Amino acid sequence: MIEIKNLVKHYGQVVAVDDISFKVKEGEILGFLGPNGSGKSTTMNIITGYLPSTSGTVEVAGYDITTHPEEVKKRIGYLPEQPPLYKDMTVTEYLSFVSDLKKAPKSKKKSELSDIMELVGLTDHRKRLIDNLSKGYRQRVGLAQALVGNPKVLILDEPTVGLDPKQIVEIRRVIKGLATDRTIILSTHILPEVSMICERVVIINKGKIVAEDTPDRLSASLSKIAKLNLTVKGDKDKVLKTLGNIPNVRYVTMTTKAEDSVFKYVLETGSDKDIREEIFYKMAEIKAPILEIRPTAATLEDIFISVVSSDGIKHTEEE
Amino acid sequence: MLAVARKEIAGYFKSPIAYVLIGVYVLIMSIYFHPALKAGYGDFVDVLGDIGVFLIFIIPILTMRILAEDKKNGTEVLLLTSPTSLPRIVIGKFLATFTVFLVIVVISFIYPLIVVIFEGVITIQLVGAYIGFILLGAAFCAVGVFSSSLTENQIIAAVISLVIMFAMWIADQYAATVGGVLGGIMEWISVLSRYKVFTDGLLTLENIVFFLSFTALMLYLTVRVIERRRWVQG
Repeated sequence: MIEIKNLVKHYGQVVAVDDISFKVKEGEILGFLGPNGSGKSTTMNIITGYLPSTSGTVEVAGYDITTHPEEVKKRIGYLPEQPPLYKDMTVTEYLSFVSDLKKAPKSKKKSELSDIMELVGLTDHRKRLIDNLSKGYRQRVGLAQALVGNPKVLILDEPTVGLDPKQIVEIRRVIKGLATDRTIILSTHILPEVSMICERVVIINKGKIVAEDTPDRLSASLSKIAKLNLTVKGDKDKVLKTLGNIPNVRYVTMTTKAEDSVFKYVLETGSDKDIREEIFYKMAEIKAPILEIRPTAATLEDIFISVVSSDGIKHTEEE
Repeated sequence: MLAVARKEIAGYFKSPIAYVLIGVYVLIMSIYFHPALKAGYGDFVDVLGDIGVFLIFIIPILTMRILAEDKKNGTEVLLLTSPTSLPRIVIGKFLATFTVFLVIVVISFIYPLIVVIFEGVITIQLVGAYIGFILLGAAFCAVGVFSSSLTENQIIAAVISLVIMFAMWIADQYAATVGGVLGGIMEWISVLSRYKVFTDGLLTLENIVFFLSFTALMLYLTVRVIERRRWVQG
């Protein structure tokens, strides 16, 4: 449904997107991950025809974005990072304008808009001025806007940002529900979101694809990384030295002082071996009682760093 | 195209902008119409000739937000990723500003009507003067739309369009002093001298074509500016 080939985007001297290629099949939800400034939004802006690419092609449903922009734009619903809302309009007025702008059939407009508002939970707010809506509701209006005209492709740039936990769950359910007959590209910073919604993940960094896989396989390859949060009472230099001498500890640092002679540490291990017992005995040896020991789940950052440092290098070696 | 125009027109009349600008302009027209009426000739052609200059102050305020605001609020993305082409969006925006201007024109019909009611004389020149006034308004609206595309700051957009309009208004006064090719260009671009021809009651094809093509040129440049920014922005 979407085919991106050798996409390159320069901003003057800066290379924002550097030779990206990937495909999204019909009905698939693709997660698009990457840190800020990695070229995520730029890629999405190019796919939707907002920005022109420096080179490379984007095809949606067989139409090229540069030669047939209107055919492509007709098939895409786009929620940019900042929802494009007119604050002086009510929700209904705004969606009605978007419907006209997208040249959606006028006869079905009323029923279509009320269906969409029902779906994203805006029905009770339809007569409110967008200016008076909270951030979460504005985000919903942004999503509703993308759905107007029943596009077969949805490009959603961080759709759950700014929502409260309950709304996030709702919106995720909505997106998942939409996927039955649509192709979706979704960018996010939240890792559980990807594993919950997406069937496939593309991670990009500095404009290049560094990993492309299913969420399960990605997290499997990353579970090797483990982080432990420790709170230990005792002399901090001694504790640091002892922790550092434990085999498999890649990295240890003191973060904050909790109370008098109580310090918090963060510790990273390089293997999947559980070293909590070993830490316990070592600390007992130096008579530094452990007040807390808690493993942290790998965050997107950890995963990301790991992908960049392992798969990324392997990738270049293959070339 | 019409969706954009409708939305913008509604926007103008939802905020105080349109009412204030129309009100101020109607007040100015009345101030100029009063002495003409008092002197007994009540000729609205002269009034139209005199009040043209005030469009230089009204239209920049009318048009300053039309594209600058979209750029600032990020709604430009919505417009540019919609299946409506960029020229149509720009024309839609222009039509919205021009419609508000036309409201002023329609309201101004009340003055000749007063003349007719009190059995004054209306000359056929008034038709020519009105055509000139409408063409002048269209050209100035296009200048305003163009200026609004240059920046995301509405005040700067207003200042740019005011400067362009003012320069075009006074160009021919200095054309003779400057002389040469530049003087020729200044004379050619001078809207005042061209507008005067209309209010003198002369409908010349040259001047009609000038205003129409100038309007089209400004809108074309607007499209180019937005197009170009898509390529260079970061």
